[in-house]
Amino acid sequence: MADTGQKAAVAPRQDERVRKAGLVTQLMRRPELGALAGLVLVATFFFITADRSMFSLAGAMTILEPAAQLGILAIAASLLMIGGEFDLSIGSMVAFSGLIFGVALVNLGLPLWGAIIVTLIGAGLIGAINGQIVIRTRLPSFIVTLAFLFILRGLTLVGLKWATGGSTQLRGIHDVVADSALAGMFSGDALGGLFTWLAEHDLIDKFDNGVPKVSGVPVSIIWFVIVALLATWVLLRTRIGNWIFAAGGDPNAARNSGVPVDRVKTGLFVLTACAAALIAIITVLDAGSTDARRGFQKEFEAIIASVIGGCLLTGGYGSAIGAFFGAIIFGFVSIGLTYTHFDSDWFQVFLGAMLLLAVLFNNFIRRKVTGER
Amino acid sequence: MADTKNHQAAPIIEVRDIVKHYGSVIALSGVSMHVSKGEVLCLLGDNGAGKSTLIKTLSGVVRPTSGDFRVDGEPVNFASPRDALDAGIATVYQDLAMIPLMSITRNFFMGREPVKGFPPFRHIDFEHCHEVTREEMHKIGIDIRDPHQAVGTLSGGERQCVAIARAVYFGAKVLILDEPTSALGVAQTSMVLKYIHQVQQKGLGVIFITHNVRHAYAVGDRFTILNRGKTLGTFAKSEIAMDELQNLMAGGKELEVLSHELGGTV
Repeated sequence: MADTGQKAAVAPRQDERVRKAGLVTQLMRRPELGALAGLVLVATFFFITADRSMFSLAGAMTILEPAAQLGILAIAASLLMIGGEFDLSIGSMVAFSGLIFGVALVNLGLPLWGAIIVTLIGAGLIGAINGQIVIRTRLPSFIVTLAFLFILRGLTLVGLKWATGGSTQLRGIHDVVADSALAGMFSGDALGGLFTWLAEHDLIDKFDNGVPKVSGVPVSIIWFVIVALLATWVLLRTRIGNWIFAAGGDPNAARNSGVPVDRVKTGLFVLTACAAALIAIITVLDAGSTDARRGFQKEFEAIIASVIGGCLLTGGYGSAIGAFFGAIIFGFVSIGLTYTHFDSDWFQVFLGAMLLLAVLFNNFIRRKVTGER
Repeated sequence: MADTKNHQAAPIIEVRDIVKHYGSVIALSGVSMHVSKGEVLCLLGDNGAGKSTLIKTLSGVVRPTSGDFRVDGEPVNFASPRDALDAGIATVYQDLAMIPLMSITRNFFMGREPVKGFPPFRHIDFEHCHEVTREEMHKIGIDIRDPHQAVGTLSGGERQCVAIARAVYFGAKVLILDEPTSALGVAQTSMVLKYIHQVQQKGLGVIFITHNVRHAYAVGDRFTILNRGKTLGTFAKSEIAMDELQNLMAGGKELEVLSHELGGTV
């Protein structure tokens, strides 16, 4: 889906005025190239150093699950970044959405679908407030959302204590949603039937009693893939996608051409907030409780994944599929080190180095491709 | 000979005694001008003469404090640039026309992307977009290697031409060009001027804002001179020589003195 652009470039071959762009140029023009290269690099590194079990189906699921949770945030963050803004409050938003969700289920006794709707609306509203403040005051979104990073984290603490009578953890969520069919969409494994079938036909590892070692794909991974495909399609093929690029590339030029820049940006803030709410719903249903540290520092990780994925900090350039790869790199490194004999505290060093490399690489590519001087 | 034709044609845009105040600052204090089909009107004026305020008024960015603004004889009151665009008035800004990181096609159709399919599967018809972009670029004589390439790879002159081509393609009746040549080299300038002439031949009205008299004289039919928020006068090409125009624009006397000091090179 990421290469829809190239397909169209092949069509006009009969036009003699069009020199065909070289394959290298065409590849370099894709923002996610760096992330893909990084993924290959990281995979090679672990293939050499790590235990073989990392590259089994079970190992893949272990890596992909945290990658998926981060990735959903990172894809939303990358769209916002392409639109020229930041949201540093996503991590806190996960915690705050978790609070709304928990209170709606446990304290208010709403059914699961009601709690999900309330959570998404609540998060969306805060996202809209973020966006409106940024647009109306023309302050950098960096500062505005930094404020919300603390406001929301604080509100979560206060709210949790109020809702539980003094604790910073709200429990008992499994009990209230136990009999809800909807819960399967947000927690547990999917495609269980397929994996059983695969095991029966000896296509995947199974225990001696015939039960597959991996019983299914965690639903967060399914969400991750759906969100990535959808975001990529929107970005590359729709008007909204073009407006996102335009709003981030040069808001004045976009406005002069009739692009509703403010609406696009507000929409993107709502989107990142809702992505945070989705992660809150998935992780809270998984854990059965919510606490004040949920989503801690996720805003930085999401931005790092976006940048590794090829987004420019200045906006107007990047890709959703890049953030997808960026998040997988993240999962690879954070989980992968435990499969090696390295101290897993090397993780942060590794991550910082990746980030620096990615930024340097992105900058170089951008100059090369766009002829910017 | 262009004159007789222009005097008969009804003006597309006509403003009379436009006044614009920003608080206590008087940016325009009674500006009048008009432009007709197939005519290039040059708006000349030094820095601070009120050129940009006038453009902003014509393109719907700001509302005039008072004055008469007619399009095709009908009084208008634009609330936004969108309104002006819908009325067929397209403005090409000096450096705000294009987004360098986006492809030529994406820039060309920015804000007016043709879509196909039904919601929620509605998407941009990129095949059509690429085809149109290539065709329109060919008409101007710009050989783009491929429409996917970023606008940042084009030269300044090419970018201006793409911006103008875009306005023409989307049915502009009047083009407002805000100093399209001021940042360009000689070859690129002549490329843009040539294209302005082409657009004029097509029957569009052009308002060409510049402070370069040479560029104005090369393509202009009539010249309106702004000074300190007022119109100093409008002259047909046959009525005025380039030197006079230069002097009028700079406010006469001082420039003559300066020109003398510099050995007549200004």
